[in-house]
Amino acid sequence: MAAKSNLTNMVLVLGLTCLFCSGILGGAYVLTKEPIDKAAAEKTNKAIAQVLPHFTEVKYNEEGHYYTATDGDILVGYAIESTTVGFGGPLSLIVGVTPDGVVYNTSVLSHAETPGLGAKCTTDAKFMDQWKGFNPSIKKLSVKKDGGDVDAITASTITSRAYTLAVENALSTFKEIAGEACNDEAVMPNPDQTSNEGGQDNE
Amino acid sequence: MSKFKLITDGLVKNNPTFVLLLGMCPTLATTTSAINGLSMGLATLFVLVLSNMAISAIAPVVPDKVHIPVYIVVIATFVTLLQLLMQAYTPAMYETLGLFIPLIVVNCIVLGRAEAFANKHGVVESACDGLGVGLGFTASLTVLGLVREILGSGSAFGYNFIGGHDGMLAFVMAPGAFLCLGYLMVLFNKYLKKN
Repeated sequence: MAAKSNLTNMVLVLGLTCLFCSGILGGAYVLTKEPIDKAAAEKTNKAIAQVLPHFTEVKYNEEGHYYTATDGDILVGYAIESTTVGFGGPLSLIVGVTPDGVVYNTSVLSHAETPGLGAKCTTDAKFMDQWKGFNPSIKKLSVKKDGGDVDAITASTITSRAYTLAVENALSTFKEIAGEACNDEAVMPNPDQTSNEGGQDNE
Repeated sequence: MSKFKLITDGLVKNNPTFVLLLGMCPTLATTTSAINGLSMGLATLFVLVLSNMAISAIAPVVPDKVHIPVYIVVIATFVTLLQLLMQAYTPAMYETLGLFIPLIVVNCIVLGRAEAFANKHGVVESACDGLGVGLGFTASLTVLGLVREILGSGSAFGYNFIGGHDGMLAFVMAPGAFLCLGYLMVLFNKYLKKN
């Protein structure tokens, strides 16, 4: 069936095929870029909405990998991204921390844990619910096996440890953020905050 | 060969999973649940039909010595297209299958059908062949996923029917995939293929 090969037609056919296919893919990329970005943004917003109380606006801090959520002028809390290594690979969480340093809720952004074992960190209600309102000043942040207060997922201690560590890292990020915020207020109020206060007066 | 027979052949006589034993990597890896198996099957079906059609159309002008690279470029284009579309419109599905979508490029079913069928037949027949084999693949993956899900997680299509029980975990993991595949293959060849 196929045509006889010679240098000219080989180069021509292969070259044209590649050119044509790249053209199609370039077009498809441009067309799908917007919906893809929208889907990604929606996913992040949904994750933040899951881990924090009601808010109206979020701002992303790229350096610290956290989102600051505000409702009008009131600080609702921080949604902090935190990645550790689980059993099957990176385990990424988003941890919502309210300004008083209590975990509001947590959610898994991505993971590579074993289905039916570690992957239960996204479905196991008992494991997930214990993070709601987890107060690190009352409870000890490590799994029960290590003498802490976190109930591990059955047969998935490594995943549970990684999850706990991710929350711990998020909380120490929170402490840094909270510390900075305090210093800012004490030393020199930043201009953003002043304008925010102005907004309050208007209301 | 009638077009209807081309489709049913792909489902039973040339079933890619249980008879031809092609595409084992995605078969074993993605069938942890019925939904996953079904989505992977449909993704492959999409690529298979389009690549079969495109390849049968260009086959007469493709020089013999470069036909494999040309086919791979065509297949890769459709796979990338599928990947972009899934990412844009079905992000949840993309998250589950994302890793395996690029691997459709090297799925031997797709290149196998191009080599064995599409480059010798017309566009319509090749589309039917792709549809048949694709449906066969989809059906096999769904059945395999369903069996593994029932045994391994005690649910079917995400609906849990034995509440509170976790099922036999081994079936969700790789050894269970091989076991289920083996037994299903035996059953398939004993009862279905004979007729």
